[in-house]
Amino acid sequence: MTDFTHGALYGGGIITVIMTLVALALWGERKMAARMQSRLGPTLVGPFGLLQPVADVLKLLQKEDIVPDEADRVLFNLAPPLGAIGALAVAAVVPFSASIIGADLDAGVLYLLAIGALGVLPVFIAGWGSNNKFALLGAMRAIAQSVSYEVPLVLAALVPVILTGTMKVSAIVEYQAQHHWLIAWPFFLGVPAFVLFMLAMLAESNRIPFDIPEAESELVAGITTEYTGMKFALFYMAEYLHTLIASAVAAALFLGGWDGPFAPGLHWMAAKTLGLFAFVYWVRWTLLRFRSDQLMALCWRWLVPTGVALVLGAALWVVFVG
Amino acid sequence: MTPLAATVRPRVNPYLSIDALDPEAELMLLHFGPQHPSTHGVFRMDLFLDGERIVKAVPHCGYLHRAVEKLCEKLAYVQLPPIVDKNDYVAPMTNEQALVMAFEAMLKLEVPRRARWMRALFAELQRVASHLLWLGTFSLDLGGALGGGSTVFIYCFRERELVLDLFEAVTGARFHYNTHSIGGNRHDLPAGWGAKVKAALDTIEARLPEYLAMTLHNHLFEQRTRGVGVLDGELALELGVTGPNLRASGVDHDLRRDAPFHAYDEVKVNVATARGGDCYARTEVRVAELVESLRLCRALLDGMPEGPINSGKPTKLPVQTKLPAGQQYVGIETPRGELGTWVIADGSQHPYRLKLRPPSLHALSALPYLLPGQTVSDAIAILGSLDPIMGEVDR
Repeated sequence: MTDFTHGALYGGGIITVIMTLVALALWGERKMAARMQSRLGPTLVGPFGLLQPVADVLKLLQKEDIVPDEADRVLFNLAPPLGAIGALAVAAVVPFSASIIGADLDAGVLYLLAIGALGVLPVFIAGWGSNNKFALLGAMRAIAQSVSYEVPLVLAALVPVILTGTMKVSAIVEYQAQHHWLIAWPFFLGVPAFVLFMLAMLAESNRIPFDIPEAESELVAGITTEYTGMKFALFYMAEYLHTLIASAVAAALFLGGWDGPFAPGLHWMAAKTLGLFAFVYWVRWTLLRFRSDQLMALCWRWLVPTGVALVLGAALWVVFVG
Repeated sequence: MTPLAATVRPRVNPYLSIDALDPEAELMLLHFGPQHPSTHGVFRMDLFLDGERIVKAVPHCGYLHRAVEKLCEKLAYVQLPPIVDKNDYVAPMTNEQALVMAFEAMLKLEVPRRARWMRALFAELQRVASHLLWLGTFSLDLGGALGGGSTVFIYCFRERELVLDLFEAVTGARFHYNTHSIGGNRHDLPAGWGAKVKAALDTIEARLPEYLAMTLHNHLFEQRTRGVGVLDGELALELGVTGPNLRASGVDHDLRRDAPFHAYDEVKVNVATARGGDCYARTEVRVAELVESLRLCRALLDGMPEGPINSGKPTKLPVQTKLPAGQQYVGIETPRGELGTWVIADGSQHPYRLKLRPPSLHALSALPYLLPGQTVSDAIAILGSLDPIMGEVDR
């Protein structure tokens, strides 16, 4: 089997599964949030409201597709698909099991950080192309935020790379399967790095309490203010994709990926990913929102120094202990 | 208190013309509202932004103008309470009370003691409902409709429902009650209502710590509100800001204690104040008032006297009620501050002029002073913390 057919088959399969998962996750989040708020959530469409995401998408498909007169047509239309593609592209190097992996790159960690960093581009394009002041303010915040949080994200991702001595994501998981999960030992490096990674990932994917770029109570809908129908849906989907894949990456880098106490395989990866995903949403529906400048202060005053200390600690650990 | 004129120091007038702004600064003019999700109805602020920082703010109200005062000049006196219900649509009970009390004062009517106690009880229950709604919407402003803010919001709404249920049991309406008439109340308390009130109060009191954990005692909430939108007491007095907003600025002023009406001469009110003058202090004061209102409700229920609920006056045919020529101002403490009714009568069946003094309007007048120097995010927090109800601002 050539690399191309391998990539096409696995890629197609992974994308299909992930898209389905996003729809399910949407339903799951709404149900969970509803329970937390003493509501019922979707109940009418299909059993337990399971078909609600389908109904949502169908509704969005019927919406009028509006491009504002004064908007930059090309940029305005380019941004939504770019956002979704960027989020999906990260999934290529995530090992879902020992054999299910889109492209097992040698520099996998580098690839996912690079592609993840591209996520700011569609946000910028949308904010600028919409020709809307709220969108522009949202984009301004998003860029500041994404560029800042890129630093702790990279530092946190460096810790497993240094500890395992490889940038290949599958090899990192392999190492954890043979030795121990990085979050378990050395836990004083693994746990903070994991937390740092999740925080930075949350900030990168603009989730509450870091969702200030779209902050609907302040900026109406931020960058998505002018978007309707499927374009809006793409943005929305990109956000969920980003969270889901970020959870998968964190599970692979720190929680041992597809490894488990018994019968290692895809189900462990799925359980860890969805568990992290649910945790992200738990946080989301509990906390209030940071202010833009407070977010920056958090990043530069706390997360970046912590990241530097962790990288240093990991290097010392490798040299003197492991 | 020292005379105001002696304490006022010169300030920069925030209403200065936009020509006075630095033309080199390349400010961005952001029309904030009236269709913005967080302007608490239809309110507009023109924000001149330097990046995210506000240089100048110009508030615009009037989008919800319904000509209530003019309407009142054309209607008979007894037809007015349901009209003013719609002004402050979060606390209709106190709207009615301010109105009928002005009429009663002109007619020199003695309101029966039971009716006065009932009014005080309604006012306190209304305060609980209003402050709960405020806590919810303020969290919504800070936390967003798709996040933790909406969780607090829905919790608070759930508890507010309990109070609305109680009102419904008495008046038949959940919102626009029309239960106060000139000279007393229209509906007596149904049998077994007191027990229901106590149950509702217990529920609210038991659940309150949950909300406070998500708001007042939450680190994120503190970060967003401490030191944001500091209104000093002097300026607040100068602008006529009343109610919790004034008390949060350290001015100990509450009409329930300082000029007792209803049953407040018999049931003492502990007035809550805070020093900070910021959004956090305003939250603190409102939460303290909420707790105090729960206590007052119990006290009022326990001491509820028997007797008639209406003086049976002024006439056999209420529509023909006529007020003697003259004028009268009555101000009462509503959840938002001093709501005043100034009625000028010419001896006919309609008021010659009816002027309402809504506390929200005066709170909003502080915005041009509070906003410059803050960010857009803070603007939402400040606006929300002032608890404006556009229905009564625009009338």
